[in-house]
Amino acid sequence: MILGEITFVIIIAIQSSMSILYATLGEIYTERSGVLNLGIEGIMLMGALVGFATTFYTQNLLLGVLAAMIVGGLMASVHAFLTVTLQVNQVVSGITIFTLGIGLTDYFGQSLIGEVAPKFSVVGIPLLQDIPVIGQILFQQNALVYAAYILVPLMTIFLFNTKYGLNIRSVGEKPSTADTLGVNVFRIRYLCTIFGGMLAGLGGSYLSLSYIPGWRERMTGGQGWIAIALTIFSMRNPVFGSLGAVFFGLINAFRVYSQASQIAVPTFILKMLPYLCTIFVLVVVSKKDVFKNLGVPSALGKPYSREDN
Amino acid sequence: MSISIEKGANITPLTKTFKAFFIVLAALTLGSILFIIAGVNPFKAYITMIGASFGSLYGFSEVLVRATPITLCGLSVAFAAKMLLWNIGAEGQLVMGGIFSAGVALFLSEHIPSFTVIPVMVIAGCVGGGIWASIPAVLKYWKRVDEVLTSLLLNYVAIFLFQNLYYVTWRDPAGRGFPGTAKFPGIAFLPRFFGTRVHLGLVFAVFSVFLIYFIFSYTKWGYEIRVSGESTEAARYAKIKINRNMVLVMFFSGALAGIAGMSEASGIHFRLMEGLASGYGYTGILVAFLSKLNPFLVLTTSILFGALIFGGDHLQVVAQIPSAISTVIQSIILLSVLFGALVTRYRINVNMGGER
Repeated sequence: MILGEITFVIIIAIQSSMSILYATLGEIYTERSGVLNLGIEGIMLMGALVGFATTFYTQNLLLGVLAAMIVGGLMASVHAFLTVTLQVNQVVSGITIFTLGIGLTDYFGQSLIGEVAPKFSVVGIPLLQDIPVIGQILFQQNALVYAAYILVPLMTIFLFNTKYGLNIRSVGEKPSTADTLGVNVFRIRYLCTIFGGMLAGLGGSYLSLSYIPGWRERMTGGQGWIAIALTIFSMRNPVFGSLGAVFFGLINAFRVYSQASQIAVPTFILKMLPYLCTIFVLVVVSKKDVFKNLGVPSALGKPYSREDN
Repeated sequence: MSISIEKGANITPLTKTFKAFFIVLAALTLGSILFIIAGVNPFKAYITMIGASFGSLYGFSEVLVRATPITLCGLSVAFAAKMLLWNIGAEGQLVMGGIFSAGVALFLSEHIPSFTVIPVMVIAGCVGGGIWASIPAVLKYWKRVDEVLTSLLLNYVAIFLFQNLYYVTWRDPAGRGFPGTAKFPGIAFLPRFFGTRVHLGLVFAVFSVFLIYFIFSYTKWGYEIRVSGESTEAARYAKIKINRNMVLVMFFSGALAGIAGMSEASGIHFRLMEGLASGYGYTGILVAFLSKLNPFLVLTTSILFGALIFGGDHLQVVAQIPSAISTVIQSIILLSVLFGALVTRYRINVNMGGER
């Protein structure tokens, strides 16, 4: 009985952590290359809308996800062009991308509110799904969840154990040195920012195509900002990032659970929890002296130009 | 003939003019694309928007109604940004200002002399917004927590608190299913002018423009803020108390947004209800960036954006275009300005014939 309820909570935790997880994974790569993208929330919204709209019109989920990733990449490439090439302030550019995403989705999304499109349904993995409890939690999910299982180790190994990953990190740490060693700083920053945007778009489409399917105005509700916070306290490590995302999934699952079982916590407090917890964790991990060791790329947020070095 | 783009740093008056021209053209073109997608003639749409906003006294009064909270939020963001503090939580601070002043209007106004009600509400609005903005400052001071994230995340917290108040705790039982608090008593209404909806909040906004200009130009505090914003090293050398100033500046910044919330609640809605958190705080961020943190430019840009928003509202009525078009155009304008760096940073060489 109790085991059943815990399983239920963990399943919801995993399901509701996916959009934040994808966005966080993307932002980790973006920031590792030295670019801070504060526009994630707006990019996720665009991904959610475009993914939903494409699926709605083509009845094809795969096309929907693909379109969400493309639009995410496009939005991020605007940020990359502004910050890497034109060296515009990254905070200003990111916030502009954020408000642009809100405006565009409010504008184009209105006619799609209340519509129904195909959604990712649960597909059990043969054999594995029959493992007691664990099978139910991990292997009775939808395709986008399975994709994340593969992506997290892949992105971790790529970042820390390959030459390309080393290049990304060196561009974020010491761009001038990387440049001298023949690494193309600009290209890597572009690629990482666009890749980050694609994953944020994918995360957004997860919201509109599988978690609670459908399009609702501003349906990301700050998840993009939580992802940026997660990027910070995951020390920009994909494994910790995914654990952090599941932690936020747990908070959400607790909310769903306590509403279902009518525990006497006012709804508005439950709604505030993810944001308050984010601030709380930020405070806990932000210690003046420790901050240096948290995997903060030393060139994060600083534009690079050859003339300055 | 060959065209090449190369870096060039020589900014002449001609490039400046070209840049401005480029920005306006880019913004208009991108906006036009949105209208064409919606199936509307962009020229007609722009003319309708301008006509609605500036063609009649009523239209212009509605522009000013919208420009009032935008100016205050823009000043709020700009003031903090002078010290390199990114306060992107003006929306939440506006809401908190509204909540605090509504508390005074609903529960205190009957018990204090009537002429003190409005001043007490203004103070309450300042305190509400100020406290809310101080939280990120204190956390930054105490633990070096990045204020960008904390100030933004607190928006969501403030809005959930606000929703709970007007939906549940402070909800008017006589409201017949309409979610909102009871109407404020008449003594808690901000006076309106000339039979329009323009209210005393506009005076607060204009006064704040001059106040901020005065602070930065003539006071020691303003000087300290500017120095701290330009160089922490210099500020330390000049023995400026950076940390204490950080909290003070954020409090002041939040107070400005709080007045916006107070004047929206008691000048427009006369109660707490849904429309209070309608995005003026976010518009304020764009306005502050566009104005290069200059208070007078904040005022004029806010009037421009007020016109954009009212024009968008009007288009929704006459042409059934979602009024969110104005939010998109606002971002497009700022994007175009950012892209304007293209003109000053790069030089386009057009080589007519001949070998290079």
